[in-house]
Amino acid sequence: MDELTADDIEDLCLGATLLGTGGGGDPYIAKLVAHQALEEYGPVPVVNAADLPPDALVLTTAIIGAPTVILEKIPAGTEFRAAVESLAAYLGQEPAAIMPIEVGGLNTLLPIATAAEMGLPIVNADSMRRAFPQIEMTVFTLAGLPAGPMAVADEKGNQCVFRTTNNQMAETLARTAVIQLGLANSISCYPMTAGQVTAHAIQDSLAYCVDVGRDLQAVKDGADGAWERFLARSGSVEFFTGKVVDLDRRTTDGFARSTLILEDLDGSDQTMRIEVQNENLIAFLDDEPVITTPNLICLLDHETRDPVTTEYIAYGNRVVVIGMPCAPEWHQDGMLDLVGPKAFGYDVDFVELPA
Amino acid sequence: MSTTEDQPGEHRIGIDVGGTNTDAVVIDGGGRVLTAVKVATTPDPIDGIQGALAEVLDGIDRTLVTKAMLGTTHPANAVIQRRDLEKVAVLRLAAPSSLGVRPGAAWPIDIRDLVIGTAAIIEGGHEYDGREIAPLDVDAIRRLAADATAAGCRSIAVSAAFSPASNQHELRAQEILVEELGADFPVSLSHQVGSLGLLERENATILNAALLQVASSVVHGFEAALDSHGLDIESYLTQNDGTLMTAAEARRFPVLTLGSGPTNSMRGACALAGLDDAVVVDVGGTSCDAGILVDGFPRESTAAVEVGGVRTNFRMPDLISIGLGGGTIVRDGRAGTGDDLSIGPESVGYAVATEARCVGGTTLTLSDISLAAGRLDGFGDPTLVDALDRALVDDALAWVDEQITIVSERMKSSRQPVPLLAVGGGAHLVPDRIQGISEVQRPEHHSVANAYGACIAEASGTVDRVYSYDETGRESSLDDARERATDAAVRAGADPDRVRITTLTEVPMTYVPGGGCRVMVKAAGPLA
Repeated sequence: MDELTADDIEDLCLGATLLGTGGGGDPYIAKLVAHQALEEYGPVPVVNAADLPPDALVLTTAIIGAPTVILEKIPAGTEFRAAVESLAAYLGQEPAAIMPIEVGGLNTLLPIATAAEMGLPIVNADSMRRAFPQIEMTVFTLAGLPAGPMAVADEKGNQCVFRTTNNQMAETLARTAVIQLGLANSISCYPMTAGQVTAHAIQDSLAYCVDVGRDLQAVKDGADGAWERFLARSGSVEFFTGKVVDLDRRTTDGFARSTLILEDLDGSDQTMRIEVQNENLIAFLDDEPVITTPNLICLLDHETRDPVTTEYIAYGNRVVVIGMPCAPEWHQDGMLDLVGPKAFGYDVDFVELPA
Repeated sequence: MSTTEDQPGEHRIGIDVGGTNTDAVVIDGGGRVLTAVKVATTPDPIDGIQGALAEVLDGIDRTLVTKAMLGTTHPANAVIQRRDLEKVAVLRLAAPSSLGVRPGAAWPIDIRDLVIGTAAIIEGGHEYDGREIAPLDVDAIRRLAADATAAGCRSIAVSAAFSPASNQHELRAQEILVEELGADFPVSLSHQVGSLGLLERENATILNAALLQVASSVVHGFEAALDSHGLDIESYLTQNDGTLMTAAEARRFPVLTLGSGPTNSMRGACALAGLDDAVVVDVGGTSCDAGILVDGFPRESTAAVEVGGVRTNFRMPDLISIGLGGGTIVRDGRAGTGDDLSIGPESVGYAVATEARCVGGTTLTLSDISLAAGRLDGFGDPTLVDALDRALVDDALAWVDEQITIVSERMKSSRQPVPLLAVGGGAHLVPDRIQGISEVQRPEHHSVANAYGACIAEASGTVDRVYSYDETGRESSLDDARERATDAAVRAGADPDRVRITTLTEVPMTYVPGGGCRVMVKAAGPLA
C-alpha cells in the first residue's frame, strides 16, 4: 500500500468498525472528515517506519473526548494539526510523518485527514490494532515508552502540553483537560523517532485494516467463499450464532458497561455471555471463557455481516460472534497486567484462540 | 378492540395514501369500523383521497364526524423521487468546530445539487455543558440571507451544535433572518425537527425545508377534499412514530411524516386484532414489510435511517422490507414449465388492477398465482388463470412461503412462538401456517389497517436531553424528563387525564463527568 485515496476510505472504515471490537467510537463522522480532507488535499503517501531516517520525528494524533459529544461537535480538522504543531514546537523538531495510535474505531481515520492537511506521509503502524479505552493501553507502554510529553488542543486555538511521570498520569491529565475544552478534542502523544516506531510499534496496521475491511466487504457482497477467506486471512474463529435475549446496560466511573446474553439461533441450549466496557472484553460459552481481551470479540449482523457496535446493539439482534487474534506485538511481558481480563476487573484467565 | 373516544357518537375518518392504494375508514367512538374502502392511488394523490372520501362517507351521518386523520407517502416519495423539492439555504451555527464535514457531504449528488442552494458554517452553537462554542456571528447570518435570495432559495434550514439542549442561537438566528427576509420566508430550526447528532439533525432540517411546499399542497388538498364533502372538522397528519400532529403543524414539519405508513399499519393491525404483541406482516402491491409490536408500539430501529439516500436520526419502526407484493412480477423462463422461475423485485404496483392476467392484463403477478392457488378470492377472474402450470404455481408459492417465514423469524425476539398478523392488500399471499408462529390472524378489515391505524393515533410529546445525575440525581432527572414529555403531549392535543409515558431510554455518556446521561422520553395519549 503506497498511498491512501478517497477510494480506500470505505474499506478502511469497515475494517476500523470491525477492529473497534464493539467500541472505539462510530467511525462514520471520521470517515466524512477523512473523505473531505483527501478530496481537498489529495492522496496521503503511506510509509513504513523503517523507510524513514531512524532519527526522524513521528507524531500521533487522535480524538479524545466523549463519543456522544462528538456526534454534536464535529471535528474542525484544525485541532489535530494544532496538537501536532504544538508538540513539535515544544520538542523543537518538525515531524516527518503522522501515525495513528489506535487503528480501530474512529481514531483510525482522523490521522489520515491530519496527514493530508499537513502534507505529511502516514506511517503504516499503530500501538493497539484494535480499540482500547485508555491512553496507556498500548504496546508502547509495554516497551517502556512514555506517552508524554503530549499536547491536547481544541478547535479554537487553546493548546496545552503536558510532561508526565507515567502513562496512567498522562491519561488522567488529558481527560481532565478535555472536560474544560468541550469533550471533543485532539491529542498528540507518544512522540518518538522512526527508529523507535520500527522497534516497538505494531507494523502494517493500516494495511491490515484495509485488508480485513475489503475481505468483509466481499462477504457482504455475497462473493463465493468470502466468509471462509475472511476468517482464514485474519486468523479469526467463528464461535457462536445467536440472538440477543438480554442486554443489561449500566454506567460506572464513566464507562459504558454492559452484559449481553445470546441464545443459540439453531435452537440448542447453549448461550453466550459477553462482558462489555466500551469494547467487548470477554465472551463466555456456557460460563466457560472462550475469547478474552486483548484478543478481539467481534459481533457481526447475521444477515448483512455488518459489524455491530455496543451503542447500537439491541434486544433481538441476530449476530455471529467471532474471535480475532490481537496483533502479535501484544504478546510480550506485561500484556496481561495492562490489557488482560484482570486489568479490567474480571477474575478470568486469558485464553488463547484455538488454532 | 381498543376504545379511543368516550363519546360513542363521534366519528373519525382515517385515510392512508400508499404507493398502490388509498384506503379510508370511518370509525365510531367505540373504535368500530363503520365503513371501509380501498381505491387505487392516483398520479395526483389528492384525486385518490377525493375518491376514497366519496365512497367511505356513503351512508355516514356527516354531522357526527369530528376529526380526520391522514397518513401519506407524499413527502417520502418527493424525497425518494427528487420531485417538487425546493432549494434550501443551509446555515450551521457551530464554527470553528465542525468545519471538517460540510453540510450535505454524504448526500447523493443528485439530491444535493437539487436541494442545497447555498451553505455556510458560521460561528455559534453550544458546548455539551451549555457554554457557547463562540458568540453568534450576526453579520454572517445577514450575509447568508443575501446569498439565499441570490441563489434562488425558497427556505432556510438552521442547525446549531447542541441545540436540543441549548436552542438560543437557533432562535436568535431566526429573528435575524426575519429582519432580513420578512416573516413569510420559511425558516426550519433543527431543535424542532430532530434529536442529538448534528449531521443527521441538519440533514432532517434541510429535508424539512425542502418539503414545505409539498406539505402545503398536501394539507391544502386534504382540507379541500374534506371541505368539498361539507366537513369542517379538525384535521391531523400522522408522524413517524404513529402519533398525530395537526394539519397546521404538518405544514411546518413535513419531515416528521416520512415514515408514518408502516407505523400506522402495525398499530392499526394490532388494535383490530386486540393484540399488544405480535409480528406484523404488511403485504402491499410492491413490497412486504415485517415488523414487531411490543406493548402496542412498533419496536424501533437503532440504526440510522436513510431516506432517499440521506441519513437521518429519526426513530423509525424496525422493519425488514422485501420485494414481495400482490403486483410482484413473476417471470417464467421456459414458458409454462416453471423452470428458471424468477420473481420480483419488479412490480406493476398500483397497475395490478389492470395489468394482472386475472383481470385481463398481460403480466403474470403474484396475485395471479395466489388466485390460481385458491388463496385469493374476490379479485379477478379465476378462469383467466386456469391454464397456469401447477408446478409453476407451486414453486412460486413455495418461494412466497419461504420469504415470509424468514422475515417473521428475523423479527421475533425469542424462540417463543408469537402470533402473526397478516395485513395489507396483498395479505392473501401469507400462508395460514408458518414455522415459529403460534397462529396467523387476519383481523377483520385488515386490508385497511393503515387507515385504521391513522384513525386511532394519539397525540404525543418527546424529550431528548442530557442530564447530570451527580447534580440532579437520577430519579429527579427522570421525573423532569417525564414531566416535559407529558407537557409536550398535552400541548400537542393529548387528554391530560389519559396521557402516559410510552418509552423511556437512558444512554449513559461515556467519559462525561458528573454522571452525564442522555434521557429520551415519549409520552402519548388520546386526543382531548
